Amino acid sequence: MDQAVVDDLRDVLGADRVRVGAAELGVYRRDASGIVGSAGVVCFPETTAEVRDVVRVCSRHGKPFVARGSGTGLAGGATPLDGAVVITLTKMHRILAVDPVERIAWVEPGVLNLDLTRAVAAHGLHFAPDPSSQQSCSIGGNVANNSGGPHCLADGVTSAHVLACEVVLPDGEVVMLGSESGEVDGYDLRGAFVGSEGMCGIATRICVRLTQSPPDVRTMLFDFGAVEDGARTVSAIIAAGMVPAALEMMDQLCLQAVEAYIQAGLPTDAAAVLLVEVVGGPNAVAHDAERVVEIARAHGCRSVRVAADDAERALLWKARKTAFGAVARIKPNYYLHDTVVPRRALPGVLAQVYDIAARHDLLVMNVFHAGDGNLHPLLVFDAREPGVLERVHAAGEEIVRASVAAGGVLSGEHGIGLEKRDLMPLMFSPIDLAAQAALRRAFDVTGLANPTKVLPSPATCGDLHSVPDGVWI
Amino acid sequence: MVVLDDLVAAVGADGPVCAVGMGTRGGGCDGVRTVRAPAGIAWLQPDEMTVCCGAGTPVDELAEALAEVGQRTVLPPGGTVGGAFAHGVSGLRQLGDGPLRDALLQARYVSAAGQLVTAGGPTVKNVSGFDLCRALVGSRGTLGVLGEMIVRTRPAPLCSEWHSRPCDDPRPFQRSIYRPASMLWDGVVLHVLLEGHPRDVEATARAHGLERSEAPPVPRGARRRSAPAAAVDLVRPLPPSSFLLEVGVGAVHLDDPAALPPEPAPAVGITRLEQRLRDEFDPAGRLCPCRRAGGW
Repeated sequence: MDQAVVDDLRDVLGADRVRVGAAELGVYRRDASGIVGSAGVVCFPETTAEVRDVVRVCSRHGKPFVARGSGTGLAGGATPLDGAVVITLTKMHRILAVDPVERIAWVEPGVLNLDLTRAVAAHGLHFAPDPSSQQSCSIGGNVANNSGGPHCLADGVTSAHVLACEVVLPDGEVVMLGSESGEVDGYDLRGAFVGSEGMCGIATRICVRLTQSPPDVRTMLFDFGAVEDGARTVSAIIAAGMVPAALEMMDQLCLQAVEAYIQAGLPTDAAAVLLVEVVGGPNAVAHDAERVVEIARAHGCRSVRVAADDAERALLWKARKTAFGAVARIKPNYYLHDTVVPRRALPGVLAQVYDIAARHDLLVMNVFHAGDGNLHPLLVFDAREPGVLERVHAAGEEIVRASVAAGGVLSGEHGIGLEKRDLMPLMFSPIDLAAQAALRRAFDVTGLANPTKVLPSPATCGDLHSVPDGVWI
Repeated sequence: MVVLDDLVAAVGADGPVCAVGMGTRGGGCDGVRTVRAPAGIAWLQPDEMTVCCGAGTPVDELAEALAEVGQRTVLPPGGTVGGAFAHGVSGLRQLGDGPLRDALLQARYVSAAGQLVTAGGPTVKNVSGFDLCRALVGSRGTLGVLGEMIVRTRPAPLCSEWHSRPCDDPRPFQRSIYRPASMLWDGVVLHVLLEGHPRDVEATARAHGLERSEAPPVPRGARRRSAPAAAVDLVRPLPPSSFLLEVGVGAVHLDDPAALPPEPAPAVGITRLEQRLRDEFDPAGRLCPCRRAGGW
């Protein structure tokens, strides 16, 4: 790293919050994707003004920068390349204001997702986006990735819950995008910013919409002898005019791993289970639950387990949300994919996923947001096995291609980052990508905000940067 | 898929041009050539909760088709689907169903260069690339000419009923009523649209002293926005029934446009950013040159 850049950053933040030690640079050279880059310097601003001043230093020196929250991203979006400046926002972790009447909160980007929900629970409110990483992911990261979660089926992903963002643009200007009313007189710049993976600036204050927690909840686990039966049940529930709060699927390998991990009494002989949660007024809940049970039984459901109390409900959700951790019971490593297909294509695409994994001699477990058609195949493997990574990457790309060919999309909630950057042409023409690049240029006239992510190089018109090993783009 | 060849040809690559629909939201620009997007529903998939139609499709025609399968959208009635999205103004159910802008999943539009561009994707969940759809909603035809839209639908509720009660402060009801579809206050009466299971609707109404009523008339003079938390105090000095406040949203419908001061102009930084966006998408300024995004 250029010493002049470090010196200027230290003038802004002091030496303590500008780190160039090997340990720090090692920690911050990757996110949770496993894609390893290289950080030149790591900064820890604590205020909007400090973020602005850090960005201005980067701009003055023509130095690329990467904003980073908790580093739980799975697509390499926060992986710095070529010694970029990492701007870590974890020290900006204050909940600034909560209005329980209007149901809005202002937070700094480093506030953890679940911490916000805990802070407003006493008001009967929660923050609806609930990624499996919600105990550790930050709201700034949720905004950057437009994150989802199981309960986004009924309530929408992060963009639907962000009313306004204070943003430091890549040229150092500070602007407020959106408003507390959620409406603006002009372009929806807030909407264009959410999900832009750190390439349009850095959110320093975020106004989020809070959601009323339901008066009644019923959480049910349906056991199927065939994955296809479970998948067809998903479409049938939606077609019957219901949108459950959550509609999740776990297949047999996943059930076995999770059961060994947390002993939740899951049916390990089932080919798949559906975890369905209906919420609302007591009559709506009783009505929807009864219909969901009827539909599931008509599609070959073998048994129904209804959570008797909050403890059992929490246990069933723990089973769902700890699935990724449970993988270690099977193999030491996994590669988690994220695509979306039309619900009606779920049975066919799932069959293809199993076939692709088998052809590449890999184990696959599926645990996913079935109600959204949002697949999460986990390819589980032992990285010490020679040649296995090549098979994992080849199988992963085939899964993505199969999803898009079935009328789906590249990513439902993890984003594109580096991981899927060069697969963007599967969905978008060069003209489409040029339009996305134009949007990005409007926000980032400098081209320094997290460059080379999301858009394949012809659309970015930038230099090709080195792509780390392990990326299957 | 809607055939857009004619629209592409009509927009061309040169000269000022402006998209118009049914003219319910102001029509085109004086002296500027107009183009119309095709109308008609290409497909409707209730089990996907999506519908694909030409931007020129009347909203009411779409609503009728959806009603036949027990679904609806958040589009406010009247005009065309493209017009509603281009305008970007949500309907009265915004409190319960969310804003209009979240309902656009994919758009195919003709760019200022005369090229067909796809923004977004066809599924209900999608974070593949930059969210161009959000930029298009409310852009009033200045970033591209909308041709085909894929729109999110929702099941129609079992029961949807307006209720009302005398009320001099709606805020306590904001906290206690569970997810109303709409709460409107005119200074003396609170109107609440309750939706869901009929017995839940009935129980909620009873618990809050609400009586069955008709939907209130909406003043048509102007629509203003304010921070929701400031809205009640903003409208309280106005004569009762001369306004209708969307409680929890902050939109105020007025008989007299002069009853409230105009909204403050956007900050300079925002105006600069908007101009850069417009310049990127339409360097020659040929798309709806008289329009500003978001103006009413």
